[in-house]
Amino acid sequence: MTTTAQATAVTATARRRRDPASGEWRGPKRPYDIVKEFVIAMVVVGLLVVGLAALFSSPDDRSVTLRAWAAAAPIDFMTTTATELDGSSGSAGYGPPYNSNSTGQQIGPLKLAQFAGVRIPIDSANDFVINPLTALSSADPTVKAALDQWNGASATQQQTWATNYTAAIAKAPNQDPTKVAAGDYGPVPALVAAEYQVALTGALDGALGMGGDFYQTNYTKSLLFIADGGYLATLADNQHLAGDSWGMMNETGSYPGQAWLWLYTFWYQINPFKSSANADALVWGLMMILTLGFILVPFIPVVRSIPRWVPLYRLVWRDYYAKHGGGRH
Amino acid sequence: MTATLPGPAGTPPEAPEPDEAVLQRQWTSKLRRGFFGAYPPERLLPDTQPSYVASWIYVFGVATIAALVMIIVSGLVLTLEGPQWWHTSTWGHFVNSVHLWSVELFMLFMVVHLWGKYIMSAWRGKRALTWITGALCFLASVGTAFTGYVIQTNFDSQWISTQAKDGLNSVGIGAYFNVLNTGQMLLFHVMMLPLVLSLIVVLHILLVRRRGVVPPVGIDAETGEPVVSGEAAR
Amino acid sequence: MGAPLAGNLDGPAHYLVWGPIQISWGNLTVILVMIALLILALVLPFPKGHDQ
Repeated sequence: MTTTAQATAVTATARRRRDPASGEWRGPKRPYDIVKEFVIAMVVVGLLVVGLAALFSSPDDRSVTLRAWAAAAPIDFMTTTATELDGSSGSAGYGPPYNSNSTGQQIGPLKLAQFAGVRIPIDSANDFVINPLTALSSADPTVKAALDQWNGASATQQQTWATNYTAAIAKAPNQDPTKVAAGDYGPVPALVAAEYQVALTGALDGALGMGGDFYQTNYTKSLLFIADGGYLATLADNQHLAGDSWGMMNETGSYPGQAWLWLYTFWYQINPFKSSANADALVWGLMMILTLGFILVPFIPVVRSIPRWVPLYRLVWRDYYAKHGGGRH
Repeated sequence: MTATLPGPAGTPPEAPEPDEAVLQRQWTSKLRRGFFGAYPPERLLPDTQPSYVASWIYVFGVATIAALVMIIVSGLVLTLEGPQWWHTSTWGHFVNSVHLWSVELFMLFMVVHLWGKYIMSAWRGKRALTWITGALCFLASVGTAFTGYVIQTNFDSQWISTQAKDGLNSVGIGAYFNVLNTGQMLLFHVMMLPLVLSLIVVLHILLVRRRGVVPPVGIDAETGEPVVSGEAAR
Repeated sequence: MGAPLAGNLDGPAHYLVWGPIQISWGNLTVILVMIALLILALVLPFPKGHDQ
């Protein structure tokens, strides 16, 4: 280019402020077989996944039925049943979306859980204990009598009986609900024992379906009930799946898990999140902000300039720079 | 329909041509011109590429797509026999293993692809939307994978769903997206989210084809030479 | 299609622990493979074609 032409080009370009990286590429090209590239990728990746599947298989730890829970951990099962009746279980005091017995978590003043509302109504005592026992065991006169006594009492009386019982369990030898001291528990011990017996038969697993229909695809009640206990959590903890041991990233057995969740689970390992009652909401709020940052990287100062300051790109295009110059920005 | 005009004696009557202006204004014509204008066949299926596309880092995009195809194919096989087939069938368990390892490779290749694109500041030259759709692909993938984990109908599903509900409930999402509702999660995983993810993937690929692969830092796309000094390198 | 050929990974995982960081060997392997692939992809020469 002549000096005049160069000057004109620079001025014209300065006027337009054209982004040199934009527009159709008019520089040198090479042949490229895009279909062949895709087919090769399919073959290589296909062989890789089939090979890995054949070599290592995949995990499949059996689900824990309510029956298995009751049989393996009767004390935990019965204690959990008692806490459903006295309202101290996780699900009973959860708040939205299951009930209004707490306001749910918040991010500062933002009460998003409460705003979304109680859209999956769960009444722990009735849904997990009273209704299933009524459906399954009221032919048994002892159970029927206990149910009648419970249903005939006021809410305050029910609460008193149940709270007395859970307090007594805490003081019992081995915290065994069948070995509590004498006290005013009303029908609660009988209801707890009946629930345990029903669970052992396997009938409780089906009975906690939503709405008593024939078909069941919604396991909200069974899952909330079993998660209220400690047994599932103990099994999980044994496999490093608990939240405070980076559990979100991990898989049962020795399989690789979900490494991509590393940043999400990281926050739960440190304060202030580790000890906050609003840990979940705070972590979600933080991750939503970071996610927005990730999506908008091209517009974020410093972050979008780091690749230029740490010029690893020179490795990618070293051949082109060697032939045509450039790459020193 | 206008009446046909009589042609020359002895010949069949000629139909009048539709008005060209009317045709151009049609939604169909506008869509056709818009799409095929932006995407002529040589751009959708090119036979050349800029000569700077010469590094192994460039294979991770297509590797990610290939892994996604394996996920979908193995997922379709699992669909044929229902959600619990793989617990009791050896062949079913193998297909499930293919599905799992496809997911592991998919996420692995996608993240290396993402690292490469960051290193290349691949959003330059009006390619911000390519980056954005790519980020959305990643997020949609994480969400789709999550629904997959909760429909395994085993211990892992029980644990993951009862834990994840707390995060989702804490910000109100759980009231609408009930991870304990296995039927809902199954439909999300098999139908809704793969459709959404595939749509974002297609958009991402169309944007790559539209804008082309980003040129090297400091190189002018119009000349293939280093940017003339005096211009701000962006 | 029968038992996994390399022995399945159903046994308990081994974890590396360093302060608050705990990571399973399975996940660490995946991450190390990713980093290795990135480095190799940047560094390994690419077969040269003919420019037009």
